[in-house]
Amino acid sequence: MWAWFHKWSSPRWFFQLSGRLLPWLAVLTALCLVTGVLWGLLFVPPDYKQGNSFRIIYIHVPAAAVAMAGYMMMAVAGAISLIWRIKLADMVMKCSAPIGAALTFLALVTGAIWGKPTWGTWWVWDARITSVLVLFFLYIGIIALYESFENKEAAGRACAILALVGAVNIPIIYWSVEWWYSLHQPASISFTGESSIHPSMLRPLLLTISGFYTFFGLVLLMFVRNEILERERNTRWVRELVTGATR
Amino acid sequence: MYFDSLHALLQMEGHGPYVWSAYGITFVTLMALIVAPLRRKQRQLRELRGQYRREGN
Repeated sequence: MWAWFHKWSSPRWFFQLSGRLLPWLAVLTALCLVTGVLWGLLFVPPDYKQGNSFRIIYIHVPAAAVAMAGYMMMAVAGAISLIWRIKLADMVMKCSAPIGAALTFLALVTGAIWGKPTWGTWWVWDARITSVLVLFFLYIGIIALYESFENKEAAGRACAILALVGAVNIPIIYWSVEWWYSLHQPASISFTGESSIHPSMLRPLLLTISGFYTFFGLVLLMFVRNEILERERNTRWVRELVTGATR
Repeated sequence: MYFDSLHALLQMEGHGPYVWSAYGITFVTLMALIVAPLRRKQRQLRELRGQYRREGN
């Protein structure tokens, strides 16, 4: 188990394995997103209250869900790099931040666009929306903090601590619609009881949520692979890879 | 298919501009997330080849 863990955390091993994984992940992502989006846009009947604007759900909910899950993953990677000093964990943490920021941006923008025809306003300072805005600033803060250090090892440690402290925001986002009176509707999908969303609307949503998850994995692998090339540029295997195999 | 015509699909009973702009912004953002690392990789490979050539392999 420990040997496996160690092997996995070796950048070279990770680079080779992820290279084989990438095409499959790309195909899976494309399949999930294309089917889910076409299904949600063209075939699902409109919501009886919100009309067609509800179709934004198929991008808004996945973007928000993966933005939060991505943050948790980034914080865990930060903890691993703090405790065990594993280089790969530091790279994963650093590379998650821009992807998470982009997805949080999408959740906020699609939410604002959905809010206009539904609530009559682009923006309210509501608990859910404000806490997601805080999530966006946390991601941006981590990117900026990393760039502000000359010493990248110190940068990694500082960012890991910020990511861990900021993780307190995730349960706040999750339960904000129940703790405070909110314009935002509560969760429609339930893992324990009956979902409040009709199955015909739910199925394409599950597809796009899966697609956003695999998309995050795909893009994260691409970012981390570039980071590995950059940091391991003076090792023999990267030199052989660049001068030999890729030509 | 729920919509009768392309026009109805684009209009979405008045919600078309909202729905399509949300999907458009999402498409552009996701594509940017794919293209950025691809371009960075090309740049890196070019730089590394140059570096190794200067160092004489």
